[in-house]
Amino acid sequence: MPNMRATKNPMPSQDPNVRNKNFNEVTLGYTAEMAVDEAQRCLHCKNKPCVSGCPVNIQIPEFIAKVAEGDFEGAYQVISLSSSLPAVCGRVCPQENQCEGKCVRGIKGEPVGIGRLERFVADYHNEHNALPPKAPEKNGHKVAVIGSGPAGLTCAGDLAKMGYDVTVYEALHLAGGVLVYGIPEFRLPKAIVQKEVDNLKALGVKVETDMVIGRILTIEELKEEYGYESIFIGTGAGLPRFMNIPGENLKGVYSANEFLTRSNLMKAYREDSATPIQHAKRVAVVGGGNVAMDAARTAKRLGAEEVYIVYRRGMEELPARKEEVEHAQEEGIIFKTLCNPVAILPTDVTDTRDPAYGWVKGIRCVEMELGEPDESGRRRPIVKEGSEFELDMDCVIMALGTSPNPLIKSTTPGLETKRRGEIVADENGLTSIEGVYAGGDAVTGAATVILAMGAGKTAAAAMDAYIKGKNA
Amino acid sequence: MYKIVRKKSLNPTVTLMDIEAPLVAKKAKAGQFIILRVDEDGERIPLTVAGCDPEKGTVTIIFQIVGATTEKLNHKEEGDSLQDFVGPLGMPTKVEGLKKVCVIGGGVGCAIALPVARELHKLGAEVTTIAGFRNKDLVILEDEFKACSSRFIMMTDDGSYGEKGNVTAPLKEMLEKGERFDEVIAIGPLIMMKFVCLTTKEYDQKTVVSMNPIMIDGTGMCGGCRLTVGGETKFACVDGPDFDGHLVDFDEAMSRGRSYQPFERHAYEEACNLFKKEVR
Repeated sequence: MPNMRATKNPMPSQDPNVRNKNFNEVTLGYTAEMAVDEAQRCLHCKNKPCVSGCPVNIQIPEFIAKVAEGDFEGAYQVISLSSSLPAVCGRVCPQENQCEGKCVRGIKGEPVGIGRLERFVADYHNEHNALPPKAPEKNGHKVAVIGSGPAGLTCAGDLAKMGYDVTVYEALHLAGGVLVYGIPEFRLPKAIVQKEVDNLKALGVKVETDMVIGRILTIEELKEEYGYESIFIGTGAGLPRFMNIPGENLKGVYSANEFLTRSNLMKAYREDSATPIQHAKRVAVVGGGNVAMDAARTAKRLGAEEVYIVYRRGMEELPARKEEVEHAQEEGIIFKTLCNPVAILPTDVTDTRDPAYGWVKGIRCVEMELGEPDESGRRRPIVKEGSEFELDMDCVIMALGTSPNPLIKSTTPGLETKRRGEIVADENGLTSIEGVYAGGDAVTGAATVILAMGAGKTAAAAMDAYIKGKNA
Repeated sequence: MYKIVRKKSLNPTVTLMDIEAPLVAKKAKAGQFIILRVDEDGERIPLTVAGCDPEKGTVTIIFQIVGATTEKLNHKEEGDSLQDFVGPLGMPTKVEGLKKVCVIGGGVGCAIALPVARELHKLGAEVTTIAGFRNKDLVILEDEFKACSSRFIMMTDDGSYGEKGNVTAPLKEMLEKGERFDEVIAIGPLIMMKFVCLTTKEYDQKTVVSMNPIMIDGTGMCGGCRLTVGGETKFACVDGPDFDGHLVDFDEAMSRGRSYQPFERHAYEEACNLFKKEVR
């Protein structure tokens, strides 16, 4: 008999007023007892709606059945057939829109905590069965993966398991892409990402950091001179957008990418970091996505007294995951919705040599109201006439989304892209160049970790078929 | 890891290093830059390439000790290695088609101006070089400039070497006499580049400057290096580092350059203390 309790086992978490002053992980994970109890809530539906909601088709009821039996390692083996980064996905996937969104238990009550179970299983495995995977026998074919974020890591892992000689090229000094520069430690501990990268290396994948493809080597050189038979582009969406309003280049204005990269990749949150970051008192984060929540919560942890999310639509329309919004609210982040900045205001110091010259003093905003739905299906925000007002701020962080980096496009003749630089790729990830595949944010524009992983997986299969077909 | 194969002190605060980085050496062109980290947990700092030898596989960097990271870098010796060395980044300086150019270098900026002057000389352009330093003790690369310049003018602030005055003095004199260049290329402190541009603007003399703002990744990802150029926001790392000097908002660039001044000063003092202890 399944456990018919209507609610999920709550996730043990650090107290909000403690955690908003440290960078340790917010959620602590299920205990074995909680996991078994939660797993027993699964009805094992015949048509498995949850699986259809998973971009990488994890056999969810099967792994949950193993958890219910107490066979946690068995559960891990089921997940790892479909996903190469379960410890990551269990933490950062928007399960409410995916597997859990389709769960039958969610109709009357809360869905099964699939994400929390996935995380438990992955953490259990990492703790108890941490033997690195064995490198399979090589098949003699060379492939390259550009970018070591979720798409690249997944693609590289799948190809390595098939026996390919895989080299991953990473522009930064550390592999992991957005998992290391973007998502904060308190949401995704970097040791977890490092472990996934180490596992890839154990599979025989070579990871070359400090390699900005497009500059040091072009795609053409990788194909012609280095002899890679197929190449996967997983370069993400790293180019930050700004609002083009007055005052955006004042000191104290950051892109969320810069703010988070300083804190996460460069460890500026640590006292002993060589990289500086502003420890502001009053911070406005403009935008309503997961990145905005990450930036706001980081600013709070760096000691800000008041942190605002400034978003032009309403609470209902926030694109961030519900859990992230709730966590932010618990931690004291103030939501200023239906509000849009029109200018960033400087201090009134005019002497350019004065240290106070050129810094942010506040933002000028307008109130918004929601009109008819726009092409995205969300109600279009409209400015309320005469609603201008000002807020004092000493730091403004722009979290308005990102576009694919134009570097690969501008250095790869024949590579077709769309309006915002998204690489054109078919359903298998094939680009306009033979043998060159792409996936993740580089193709879709900023999206989620799991969609990028799905794209990496699909492309790996297509690259395998392409190379086999060519050599047949 | 990237090995230091040669280290040479050019003056008490400026050091030259050849770094083993064969792929970068093959690709880097005048005007491009690299980003390095001295050690694990080190900060990423951009330095413009001062030259490279594709055959030996080395890239030359010349840096002034201005803060904690450059202080640490200067304590590395031949045979030691750097943690990271990424490049080439940014767009190369446009030299094609230039027949007559005035290259202006200020202080350690001369290290970056030199490869540009050399490249122009190699392409057959007539190069006038104006090099400016605070005083005689700080002069670097004089012979190297002379070798690739048809005219070489040395300026020092205190007159202890060459002519006394700023680089703008001989520039203004030439322009006043009616002399014109296909381009003036100015590389040095922001304040020098600002005044070179103010001078050339009066004569409608096209001027290119090389910007070196604060940056992290150097690939267009953080936007920390943004500048206002002709009213538009540009990223120095991918759109530059060279820009039309008459369009650059230098006051904003100088202000942004001081974003972390108190932190940097503190870190520098700490680094100095640390090394004094070690040296003793």
